[in-house]
Amino acid sequence: MNSLSQFLSLSDANVRYVVIGCVLLGISSGLMGVYTLLRKRALIGDAIAHAVLPGICIAFMLSGVRNTWVLFAGAVVTGSLAVYLVDLITRRSRLKPDAAIALVLSVFFGAGILLLTIIQSSGNAAQSGLDKFLFGKAAAMLPEDLWLFGVVLLLVVLVLLTGYKDFKLLAFDKGYAQSQGIPVKALEMVLSTLTVLTVATGIQAVGVVLMSSLLIAPAAASRYWTHRLSGMLILSAILATLGAYIGAFISYTKPGMPTGPWIVVVLSCITLASMLLAPNQGVIARYLQRRKHRNKILQENILKAFFHLGEKKNNQALAFGMEVLRQQRDMPVARLKSGLRQLVRQGSLLDTNEGYQLTRSGLEAATRVVRLHRLWELYLSRHLNIAPDHVHEDAEGIEHLITPELERELELLLDSPGIDPHDSQIPYTQKDRNR
Amino acid sequence: MIQHVDNPIIEVHDLTVSYDKKPVLWNVDFTIPAGALVGIIGPNGAGKSTLIKAMMGLLPLSSGYTELFGKKLNDVRKRVSYVPQRESVDWDFPASVMDIALMGRYGQRGLFNRITAEDRSIARQALEEVHMLEFANRQIGQLSGGQQQRVFLARALAQQADLYFMDEPFAGVDAATEGAIIELLKELKSQGKTILVVHHDLQSAADYFDWIVLLNTRLVASGPVKEVLTPTLLQETYGGKLSLLAQVGDIASSKGVGTRE
Repeated sequence: MNSLSQFLSLSDANVRYVVIGCVLLGISSGLMGVYTLLRKRALIGDAIAHAVLPGICIAFMLSGVRNTWVLFAGAVVTGSLAVYLVDLITRRSRLKPDAAIALVLSVFFGAGILLLTIIQSSGNAAQSGLDKFLFGKAAAMLPEDLWLFGVVLLLVVLVLLTGYKDFKLLAFDKGYAQSQGIPVKALEMVLSTLTVLTVATGIQAVGVVLMSSLLIAPAAASRYWTHRLSGMLILSAILATLGAYIGAFISYTKPGMPTGPWIVVVLSCITLASMLLAPNQGVIARYLQRRKHRNKILQENILKAFFHLGEKKNNQALAFGMEVLRQQRDMPVARLKSGLRQLVRQGSLLDTNEGYQLTRSGLEAATRVVRLHRLWELYLSRHLNIAPDHVHEDAEGIEHLITPELERELELLLDSPGIDPHDSQIPYTQKDRNR
Repeated sequence: MIQHVDNPIIEVHDLTVSYDKKPVLWNVDFTIPAGALVGIIGPNGAGKSTLIKAMMGLLPLSSGYTELFGKKLNDVRKRVSYVPQRESVDWDFPASVMDIALMGRYGQRGLFNRITAEDRSIARQALEEVHMLEFANRQIGQLSGGQQQRVFLARALAQQADLYFMDEPFAGVDAATEGAIIELLKELKSQGKTILVVHHDLQSAADYFDWIVLLNTRLVASGPVKEVLTPTLLQETYGGKLSLLAQVGDIASSKGVGTRE
């Protein structure tokens, strides 16, 4: 735990640079990633990341020094060129955007690797560290790097705040924005430029290859938790900070652990966790919803069996055992048992010595399901001209879905009918009639 | 049958629009009187949406121009409102119904300026008019197709424009929404506004509109509904594309030169 407190206090200057640097980068990419994601430009982000490599190499070859600002300028030039070329190819040729992006990405990256090889074989002493741009090397961050990251972050925040409403409209509905006289082209250029700046700084930490995940992962994760653009921006920035912080810590605990890849791994875990755990949209939430509905179907089917048995005997106050119920409606014993237990617990059934018996609320629920079933059968045969012997299966599914509003609409449409296509009574309890 | 009017609110002059050098609208030329409820009608691929996009300056023109209120579009943008096709946007965008209605105020407010309380009350009123105020805080992804269309209409209403261009507002909406929309259009008309609607259902066209533009890559007719919706003109519109026109268009595209160079 000693290492943790040392890390958290940022007392070591090296740790301080790495953590502050990664957090600054993370916030910029978290914010720009939201717009990249919403404008469906995720692949462009990847293309930019790969395209900055030749720029860095050329800047180094021309200047002969490994100066942050010089390399950054080179990165921005080729990154912007890549965006422009993707746009040009898409507009002027038959290639679709995905092909144009793939083409630009591979050509630029190939050129970058080529230049890198040339630099390395030239034996320039200052070249040491240039290959770190491939996978990033956060541990090599210098104070002047932090200044650069800070300036880029400040620019991103200022521009996004100033044009918040206009960028929002641009991302949602470009055609409409244009029709309102908003300078769409200029705004798009601003966003592209900011993305290029962000990517060009971000590769310092995570490198060319992993940069697009720094851009996309926080934004994708945040989308699961909020339905507001502002919320998404704030959350994406927070998640990116968290990822950068934790990633930097993990790499700090063991010597030789790379920072950038760890940041990406942490961010990927955050995204995965969001996909699983998010309310409503998450995988687990959806599974629970489905299970809840399946349980509801089970309960309603059991109640229906009670109703049918009682209907035959003309007495809904009778108690029935498991065997009789299974003869009425075949279902696995375990399922039936669990369903009966649930129904007893919620007060729809009474567990008596002679068997299970509908309570008053149970009878109401059972009546409702049977009524919906028969109403739907009638609707199918009357309005869709489906033969009476073909409507039952359909109604078995639909009866569990119909809401009270739809039920009223059905009754109105069918003119409060008395009997279904099989000449069975469409049942109502006293409470239903009092509605 | 192309009836021109004096002092038109819209004048489309010799408009040609091409995609990839291939003309999809040929020499379209018509005028629209102020206060009309206009249906733009024609078969699939007739260029109906292209026409209104071109009139709104959203597409490059091969030739011709459009004048609105007797002026260039850029001088009267604030008086013109556009309702794009519902499918043209991603409804999973993180925004509420109110957010979308407020977007109708963005252009009026101007670049970088903030939305005011007045804008909010105008947007609320617009939502009220399309019966969507109770859903103001709902995430747009949770709306039905008809509700999404109403939100788009509310956004256009919030612009408080005098001229409306609507691209297929009746496509894929329920009967209740269709009824509500047509009521709204008639209400706008009674306030003296002019509305152009891209529409593809011939049956309802006669009831909904009082001026019809028939289109099939070229202008077939433009005039009062009774004079335009005749069997002859409809046959001309829906009887298939003029094959010579289509062939020349294909050649222009394959040579990469266009028809106006």
